[in-house]
Amino acid sequence: MSKTIKWEYSPAPEGTDHIKLKKQYELFIDGKFVAPNSGNYFKTINPSNEKMIAKVAEADKTDVDKAVKSAKNAYEKVWSKMPAKERGKYIFRIARLLQERAREFSVIETMDGGKPIRESRDVDVPLAAAHFFYHAGWADKLEYAFPGRKANPLGVVGQIIPWNFPLLMAAWKLAPALATGNTVVLKPAETTPLTAMKLAEIIQEADLPPGVVNIVTGAGKTGQAIVNHANIKKIAFTGSTDVGKYIMKAVAGSGKKYTLELGGKAANIIFEDAAIDQAVEGIIDAIFFNQGHVCCAGSRLYVQEGISDEVISKLRNRMETLIVGDPLDKNTDIGAINSKMQLKKIESYVKMGTKEGGSIFQSSCSLPNKGFWHAPTIFTDVSQSNRIVQEEIFGPVLAIQTFRTVDEVIAKANNSPYGLSGGVWTDKGSKIFKVTKDIRAGVIWANTFNKFDPASPFGGYKESGVGSEGGIEGLSGYVDLG
Amino acid sequence: MSPIFATPIDQIGAQERVSRLSSRSIKKESKVQALHLALNMIDLTTLEGKDSPGKVKQLCYKASHLHDSFPGLPNVAAICVYPTMVPIAKKSLEGTGINVASVATAFPSGMADLQAKLDEVTSVVDAGADEVDMVISRGKFLRGEYQYVSDEIAKVKEACGDAHLKVILETGELVTLDNVRLASDLAMDAGADFIKTSTGKVSPAATPPVVLTMLEAIRDFQAKTGKKIGMKPAGGIGTAKQAIQYLVMIKETLGEDWLSPNLFRFGASSLANDILMQILKQSTGNYQSKDYFSID
Repeated sequence: MSKTIKWEYSPAPEGTDHIKLKKQYELFIDGKFVAPNSGNYFKTINPSNEKMIAKVAEADKTDVDKAVKSAKNAYEKVWSKMPAKERGKYIFRIARLLQERAREFSVIETMDGGKPIRESRDVDVPLAAAHFFYHAGWADKLEYAFPGRKANPLGVVGQIIPWNFPLLMAAWKLAPALATGNTVVLKPAETTPLTAMKLAEIIQEADLPPGVVNIVTGAGKTGQAIVNHANIKKIAFTGSTDVGKYIMKAVAGSGKKYTLELGGKAANIIFEDAAIDQAVEGIIDAIFFNQGHVCCAGSRLYVQEGISDEVISKLRNRMETLIVGDPLDKNTDIGAINSKMQLKKIESYVKMGTKEGGSIFQSSCSLPNKGFWHAPTIFTDVSQSNRIVQEEIFGPVLAIQTFRTVDEVIAKANNSPYGLSGGVWTDKGSKIFKVTKDIRAGVIWANTFNKFDPASPFGGYKESGVGSEGGIEGLSGYVDLG
Repeated sequence: MSPIFATPIDQIGAQERVSRLSSRSIKKESKVQALHLALNMIDLTTLEGKDSPGKVKQLCYKASHLHDSFPGLPNVAAICVYPTMVPIAKKSLEGTGINVASVATAFPSGMADLQAKLDEVTSVVDAGADEVDMVISRGKFLRGEYQYVSDEIAKVKEACGDAHLKVILETGELVTLDNVRLASDLAMDAGADFIKTSTGKVSPAATPPVVLTMLEAIRDFQAKTGKKIGMKPAGGIGTAKQAIQYLVMIKETLGEDWLSPNLFRFGASSLANDILMQILKQSTGNYQSKDYFSID
C-alpha cells in the first residue's frame, strides 16, 4: 500500500477583477463626492503587501462644518419630517444593495484591512447587511420599542469608527441612527476608509436624500472637529479607551449625548468538565479571529489546573494548523496586521511579555516578507501582575493562567479595568449561570464565542465604554424619550 | 463498568468546526492529488442479501481496473463483502494487492450470542479475509453495559489473529456525539485497529460531526498510548466533494500520517465512479456522462 504523502492546499485566491475602485476618493457631503478644502489626500495601503490602493481626501474643520450643515439641513427639511415607513424603505434598500454587492465589499475589505477573505465574506459583510435589515424594520415600529413613550430623534449625530471591522462598524452606527430619524456625519478610520466610501456609493444609488449621511475621511484631527462641533447632538464612538476618555472630557457640559465602545481584555474561562475540543476551537476563535484586532477578543485565558496541560498542548497543535498568509486566499485563517503602527505595538507587548518572564509559544508558520505580519502567539507562566495580562494588546497574543476554584476565577476575571466581554466553557449549566452572573462584562458567551446578532445589545462596563449598540438598547442611544 | 472515559462533546461546537473545515477551497493540484488519494482509500463494498458470486467477481475485477482507458490510476484499498463471499473475493483478487474485508459478528444488527460471533470471525479469517468489520452490541451499549461491549471487542480481536479489526459503532443508533466518543474510546481501548462509523444499513450513516468526533478520539488515544488507530467512515459518502472534505478533516485533525489507506478508508459503493468522473474532468476539462464509467 502507498506510503504517507504530503498534501498541501493549492493557492485559492479570491478574484479581484470584479471590483471597482477609484484611484482617488473624495468626501461624501450632501449626497455628492466633493474635494477636500485643503486639497490634501492621504494614502490607504494594503497591509498584506504595503502597496497603495487609493488616495483618500483628508477632511479639515471646514469640511466637517460643511458636512454638519448639510446633515442639519437634511434633518430639518427632509429626514425628520418623512413618515417613518418611508425612512425604513431607504434602509431596506441600502441593505439589499449591500447584499447584492457582498462579494465586491468582501474583497475590498480584505484588501484595505488585511483580514482573511473568509471572515469578510462570512462575517463582516453579511452582518453589516443584517444590521441594516434589522434596523430598517424598527424605523416605523419605535412605539413598540418604547411603549407609551415618544421616541424623538436627536438631530445630527457624529460617528467615529475603528479600523478592525470598517464596514460592519459603519453599519452598527448608521443603521440605528437612520432608523430613529437622525442624520449623520461619519468618519471611518484612516487606515481603512474604502468600504465606507463604497457604502457612500450605495447610499447614493439608494437615492437617500442628500445630507442624511455624510462621510468624511481623515485621522484624529478630523475626528476632533466632529467631536467639538457645536451642532452635533450626539457622538457615537468605537475605538481606543484613550480616545474615549478624550471624547468624554470634550463633550462634558456640552449637552451632547455619547455612546462609547472601547477596549477590552476578556476573560475566557475553561473548566475541567468542558467539552475540551470544542473549547479549544473557541479559544482559538476568541483570540485569533481578525488577527486579534477585536475589542471583545478573549485575550486572557483561564484554564482549570486539572486540564491545563491537555488544553495547552491541544492549543499548540491547533495553532500549528492555522494557515497564515495572503488574506485573499480562501483558505487563509490569519491575515495581515492592519498597520505598521499596530504591528509595532503588538511586537513591543510580546517583547515585554518575554522580558517579564512569560513562556512564549508561537506557531511555526512562515510569514510573508512584505507587509505587516505577526505569528499567533500564546504566553504561559504569567499572572495578574503581568502587563500583558492587564493591558489590551489588540493582536494575536493570548495570556494563559490556571485557576483552581470558581470563586478564584471570577475574582481574577473581574480584576481588570475593562469589562466588555467574556467566555465560559463547561458542561454544567449551573456553573454557567453562576459565572455569567458574577462577571462584570457586557456580554458573556457560554460554550461559544464571538457570536453577534443585530438584535443583541453590545456594550461594556468600566473602561470598556458607555451605552450599548444593537437591539432596543442600541436604539435608545439615538432617541430622546418623550 | 461506568463510563470511565467521559469527554463531553458539544454538538453545536462540533457542527461549527465541521462547517469551517468544509469551507476549505481545494483546487487544482491539491484537488487532483486528493482525488487519487481518495480512490486509493476506498473499501469497495457490496453488502446485499442478493449478492451472488457473479456480482462479487465483477466487483473484484473493477477494484483493480477502475478505468483502464485512463492509465495511472490507483486501485482501491479493499473490497468489503459478506462472509460467504470471502473465498470468491479472495480468489478473484489474487495478485492484485487488494485486501478482502469481511463483515462479521452477525452484521448488521449484531444480534447473536458471543460464541456464534466468534465462530463467524474465525471462519472468515480461515477463508482468507485480511480485514474483519465487526459491529458492536448497540443494545448493550445503550443499556450502559460497557464492560460487555468492551469484552466482546477484545474477544473478537483475539479471534481475528493477524487480520485487521475494524469496529463498527453504528453511530446512527448511538445518536449522541457523547456516545460516539465513548464508544470510540472503548473500542480503541479494547483493541480495534480501525473504528468505523456505520453499517450503511441505518440512517444517518457517516456524518461529518460524527467523523470529526471519532478522529478527535483517535488523536487523543495516540497522545495517550502512542498507538495509531485507523478510521473508516461508511455509508452516505457518494461524492468526490464529500470525500475531499473528509480528507481536509483528517489532515487538520490527525495530520498527514493518516492520509494513507493504512489508516483511513472510505466504505462506499458509488463513490469511486464520482471520483473517476472528477479526475477525468480535471484532466480533460469536461465532464463525461455516467455511461462512460462502469457500474460494477
